[in-house]
Amino acid sequence: MPDPAPAAVARLELTGITKRFPGVLANDHVGFSVRPGEIHALLGENGAGKSTLVKMIYGIMQPDEGEIRWNGRRLTVANPKAARKLGIGMVFQHFSLFEAMTVLENIALGMDAKIPARDLESRILAVMGQYGLKLEPHRIVSTLSVGERQRIEIVRALLLNPQLLIMDEPTSVLTPQEVDQLFVVLRKLAAEGCSILYISHKLHEIKALCDTATILRGGKLVDTCDPKVETSRSMAEKMIGGSLKDIQRGAGRGFGPEKLRVTRLSMAADGPFGTALKDISFTVRASEIFGIAGVAGNGQNALLLALSGEEPNHDPGSVTVNAVEVGQMQARDRRAQGVASVPEERNGHAAVPVFSLADNAILTARDRLGMVRAGLIDPRAARTYAGEVIEAFSVKATGPGAMAESLSGGNLQKYIMGREILQKPQVLVVSQPTWGVDAGAAASIHQALVDLAATGSAIVVISQDLDELLSLCDTLAVINGGRLSRPMKVSEAKIDEIGLLMGGIHGETAAAEIEKVAHAAQA
Amino acid sequence: MRLKLEKRREPSLAMLVITPIASVILTMVIGIVVFDLIGIKGFKAVVDIFLSPILASYKWQDVALKAAPLVIIALGLSVGNRAQVWNIGAEGQYVIGALCAAGVGVGFGTTGGFFVVLLMVLAGIVGGGVWATVPAWLRTRFNVNEILSSLMLTYVALQVLSYLVGGPWKDPNGRNFPATAPLDPSQTLPVWHGSTVHLGVLIALILPFVFWVVMARSEFGYQVRVVGSSPTAARHGGFDGRSTIFATLIISGAMAGLAGALEFTGVLHKIDLGFPSGYGFTAIIVAFLGRLNPIGCLIAGTVLAVTYVGGQMAQTSVHIPNSTAGIFQAMMLFFILASDILVRYRIRVIPSAKPAPIAKAEV
Repeated sequence: MPDPAPAAVARLELTGITKRFPGVLANDHVGFSVRPGEIHALLGENGAGKSTLVKMIYGIMQPDEGEIRWNGRRLTVANPKAARKLGIGMVFQHFSLFEAMTVLENIALGMDAKIPARDLESRILAVMGQYGLKLEPHRIVSTLSVGERQRIEIVRALLLNPQLLIMDEPTSVLTPQEVDQLFVVLRKLAAEGCSILYISHKLHEIKALCDTATILRGGKLVDTCDPKVETSRSMAEKMIGGSLKDIQRGAGRGFGPEKLRVTRLSMAADGPFGTALKDISFTVRASEIFGIAGVAGNGQNALLLALSGEEPNHDPGSVTVNAVEVGQMQARDRRAQGVASVPEERNGHAAVPVFSLADNAILTARDRLGMVRAGLIDPRAARTYAGEVIEAFSVKATGPGAMAESLSGGNLQKYIMGREILQKPQVLVVSQPTWGVDAGAAASIHQALVDLAATGSAIVVISQDLDELLSLCDTLAVINGGRLSRPMKVSEAKIDEIGLLMGGIHGETAAAEIEKVAHAAQA
Repeated sequence: MRLKLEKRREPSLAMLVITPIASVILTMVIGIVVFDLIGIKGFKAVVDIFLSPILASYKWQDVALKAAPLVIIALGLSVGNRAQVWNIGAEGQYVIGALCAAGVGVGFGTTGGFFVVLLMVLAGIVGGGVWATVPAWLRTRFNVNEILSSLMLTYVALQVLSYLVGGPWKDPNGRNFPATAPLDPSQTLPVWHGSTVHLGVLIALILPFVFWVVMARSEFGYQVRVVGSSPTAARHGGFDGRSTIFATLIISGAMAGLAGALEFTGVLHKIDLGFPSGYGFTAIIVAFLGRLNPIGCLIAGTVLAVTYVGGQMAQTSVHIPNSTAGIFQAMMLFFILASDILVRYRIRVIPSAKPAPIAKAEV
């Protein structure tokens, strides 16, 4: 890591930055500086003011007080275009992409200077090659997975040759190997003198990557520290302002009878770039948490839809719940059999953004909790249930009447998880349960899943976060290209084997591959 | 100073109510200005169109008769619009509904009495509903845009009408005019005595409350709102998007058909080439002005009916064409659609920036 002389002017220096919103002090006199070539972590829970802060650096908002210095010069960043002109690039957590356009068109739209498509394509290919980011420039964005969409944003930012790159939760959708590759990219950028402002909740990543960490809590700066000296735990506790709870598991846990059986499940691909499911088989017993790892876009969404019943199968026996064949059933009938699910996308799939939390409770809980009588909805029952979920899962919301879209991602996720878990489902299928959720909220979601399993439910967790799966699950399988690997006990699983399976090498081949690599290394 | 649109945390209920009222007032103001500019007494015209029908009690029954079909059709359309289903063909469904009712009337001749009236109204509901299944089927089977198919089917309906009244159903005693034989007085809708106000007006008063309960409280109403707001979430919740499209189109078609049958059995008692009156199109304005809310539709339907009646009055008092009312109706739609954004966004006035800082990075 290049360590510039202390005398060097900071690339970015913030002093006394304050931003008020009606009723909220989002940033309260925050100040820190980023040196050229420094990888600087910005840590904090949801609502700690990280997003507001970077939005001001990127010119989306203006601070009410305080000053921003860029390479020693005090200035106002009028808008994102001005920020990009200064050399500030940003990769957002929520992507701003046009679904109906191709990768190339989306990148072209983000460029301030007009570059002919042909030149742009070659430049994109060059950047992708240089940093090992795989993308097909002519694919339509709507057919891409979350991980692939993020790659567009990264490429888009890198094309500007930035002096400061802001990255908001960049690794949440990558495989361990891809994370390593990204870190190589980021270290390379830093070595070339580009500063990086890195927002993440994954503390061990911050320890591995970052030179400095600035921790925010409730809009205030709590600490600026060296992550290499701190432990993950100490940083997490500074972030949440209390002690972090470990997952509590009941002693002497055993598995009960088989709850969910998937037998030779195949589904046609949804659209030309969708992933078909091929011959998927696995079983989950009562009290078992079954993890499905894999890189984004390998059939996870299709699998969730096939299990929830949003995409029923022609073969009734492909999915059974408590030995009842549910393969042909629609989502509603499967729910009656005790299947609950939480899809990856919160706003617009798991919840209706413009509906209140109470109305969103009706969406999936109306039958199991008797919210509908003689065709009429009982709004009081919905409000009461929404209130219970808010209470039990400490959802930060003004109440059951709050719009789903007004909640932060983490809070909405807690609400949705709670909505399904409090229905006490026999089988719960969740996808990316903690994507973009801060450490405190993630811990409480994990604990809720473990507690649900302890009551005898079977749980399937589909996640791209391997650490999450390893700490949470009893059994693990990897999905790749619509095929599921042989399940393995988490206690016996090897990280490199999982990594290779995620990359598309199956079963025994993976073991052979690992040995080959090992031999090559010895040779 | 500059203006900025800022998203509200929650949709503003106040704006939901204020914007339709403001739209009507703006329409009146702009009407006065424009009419004065082109040399017509604007103030008098606007007063005649918007106020005279309300002030002259003998015009109330006209307003009620015009409001009834507008309200009934708009109720159906607003259900569809809530599900993001855009039925533009209510006029055609209105015509088909009336024709089905007329077919029953023709079939029974002068026999049957009130039983035939019931049957005619039912036939109107069924006919309008069936006519709307065509765009529903095209949309769900081939993904054909229902805006186009329902609109085109309106012209088909008009051709069917002119064929029937000019051919098979032509009144043999009608001096060769293309029109059906008038209904026997025993087969017409009951009217409030001493007036022309028929049973359909009562139906138009009751239906909004039925629709309100269905949309606000029933599971079906919830389903329609979910499908309209977020089809993927609807599927997650176990609601079928296709059947929702079918149901909402059939409901809007059936309501238009009901309105047509009521107009036939309650007001005109026969069908001629002048039967299509544009209610099916005006009801689109009613639905939006009423904020897709059933009670709102009742109020907005009355407002639009006032402009119809007022337009006729202005024809004689300030000598402007009857179609002037249409201009006012269109202006209302324009303003209501334009001000729609204020429900979800607020306008914030940002004072001019402070003196420029030391180095301003602007492009």
